[in-house]
Amino acid sequence: MTNPLVNFISWLESLLLNFGLAPGFVNFLLTLLGVLALISFLLVLDIALVWVERKVVARFQDRLGPNRLGPFGIIQPIADVLKLLIKENITPVTADKFLFTIAPLLVIGAVLLIWAVIPLAPNIMGADVSVSVLYVVAVGSIGTLGIIIAGWASNNKYSVLGAFRTVAQMIAYEVPMVIVLMIPVLITGSMGLQDIVNQQGVWFIVIAPIAAIILLISGIAEIGRTPFDLLEAESEIVAGFHIEYTGMKFGLFYAGELLHALTIGALFSTMFLGGWRGPGAEQYPFLGVIYLFLKAFIIYYVIMWIKYTLPRVRIDHMLNFNWKFLTPLALIVLIVTAFTVKFVQSATFGVQIAALLGINIIMAWMILIGFRKYAHIKRERFEEDRPIAQA
Amino acid sequence: MTTMQILFIIIAATTLGAAIMVVTTRKLIHAALWLILSLFGVAILYVFLDASFLAVAQVVVYIGAIAILMIFAIMLTRNLAIDVASPFNNSWPWALLLAVLMFAGLVWLLSSWDNVAMVVPDLDPRIDPIKALGISLVSPDAYVLPFEIASLLLLGALIGSIIIAWPRNKNEG
Repeated sequence: MTNPLVNFISWLESLLLNFGLAPGFVNFLLTLLGVLALISFLLVLDIALVWVERKVVARFQDRLGPNRLGPFGIIQPIADVLKLLIKENITPVTADKFLFTIAPLLVIGAVLLIWAVIPLAPNIMGADVSVSVLYVVAVGSIGTLGIIIAGWASNNKYSVLGAFRTVAQMIAYEVPMVIVLMIPVLITGSMGLQDIVNQQGVWFIVIAPIAAIILLISGIAEIGRTPFDLLEAESEIVAGFHIEYTGMKFGLFYAGELLHALTIGALFSTMFLGGWRGPGAEQYPFLGVIYLFLKAFIIYYVIMWIKYTLPRVRIDHMLNFNWKFLTPLALIVLIVTAFTVKFVQSATFGVQIAALLGINIIMAWMILIGFRKYAHIKRERFEEDRPIAQA
Repeated sequence: MTTMQILFIIIAATTLGAAIMVVTTRKLIHAALWLILSLFGVAILYVFLDASFLAVAQVVVYIGAIAILMIFAIMLTRNLAIDVASPFNNSWPWALLLAVLMFAGLVWLLSSWDNVAMVVPDLDPRIDPIKALGISLVSPDAYVLPFEIASLLLLGALIGSIIIAWPRNKNEG
């Protein structure tokens, strides 16, 4: 055992047992300590994310971003946090006070809960639950609940509109997301995230690239980032569900959104990019943590890239894209993958990978042909002469 | 008392308290949220019984789908969301009597059952409960028939809802 974390925990355990505490209570205390450590780490990282986000968006928009406080403006987020903390906390008179207060906590809590099952390293993870994949889905629905409550409790018609859009969008995009999350489960035969990582000798993005892209798209929709930021569309419904929030309550929504993007990155890395896997991660578990966060940050960068490149989609386009394209595609990919996995079950490892990759290339090719046909039909319809409106 | 027992008492009390709040609170949306807390408590009780799949399914189905649907419906009827009338009518003593009798019957039934004080046995670590569940759902000598009937029923409901939503003629669409 070269893991200093495990040594530290066993030292702490023996220390507490020597104090004469009951073993059950010591176990409870250590679990609580672990939870606090993980959450504190993530929330401190969240402050850094504010800086990363602002710096990257500045690059995309051809400006410098924060550059006054400290080298490269690195102290700026701390000033931002201080500003949010000392702002006046306004609760609208007609708002539902209790719900108005707990909604931001639910939103950020749901994001933090996902990290409980993400394996950070070969032997560092919150809980190795055998139903981790379903757990991620379940926790995601609590976040949706938080946004709905925020929209309703504010007692503002724009925020209620934002909440309605949230329900339409999040429930719709949950469907392809769940279907696609089943594909790594199908290939590994386990719903535990640690098992999924352990079996990724070859990263699943090579074996199931279409599934990976669908997960990324529906993941962005679940976070509610551009091009799917209809729940807070500034030009249409002002700021959507968080219109009435000020100070740190707004800060929690903001932090929740940033952390959610990183969390989707970590989830994507765990499912398709081999999680903590990398050279030397087996011997030195802390390298695994670094690899995981590196991969998560790469996906986070891709999400930001998409956010600052594409405009917002219209609401009917958003729903049509999901129900008429993404969901059927996810179902087809799931069925085809299931048959292929069963078909090549007894073949050698190389043949299995080649078969899955080949099937994915064929499917991608057929999708592109379909797109071309669709574009042709649209263009013909657009170009044909239209009758002039008659009285 | 062990830590688990203390946790169990806290969770059980929260579940029951939330359940009482569901029927006594005046605001409909608060009732829906108390219901969510109560259902969440039940999910945690499943975790105590090592039934992790059931617990997660409880959260996905009841909180993720049914409760959100309820809240959505309530949000559309904002003005009707506060109940001002008394929740009791003249026959409340009979209802109370019936409820007490039912509860007493349940307590009597459970206390006459030998296994009520049984400690939950540990799961066999060699068997993955999720795998066992999956296999028993599709194996012919276990639950394949109920599973297929339920799937067929859900598929029927899905197609039925599409047909109801389908525009009858061009004027309606």
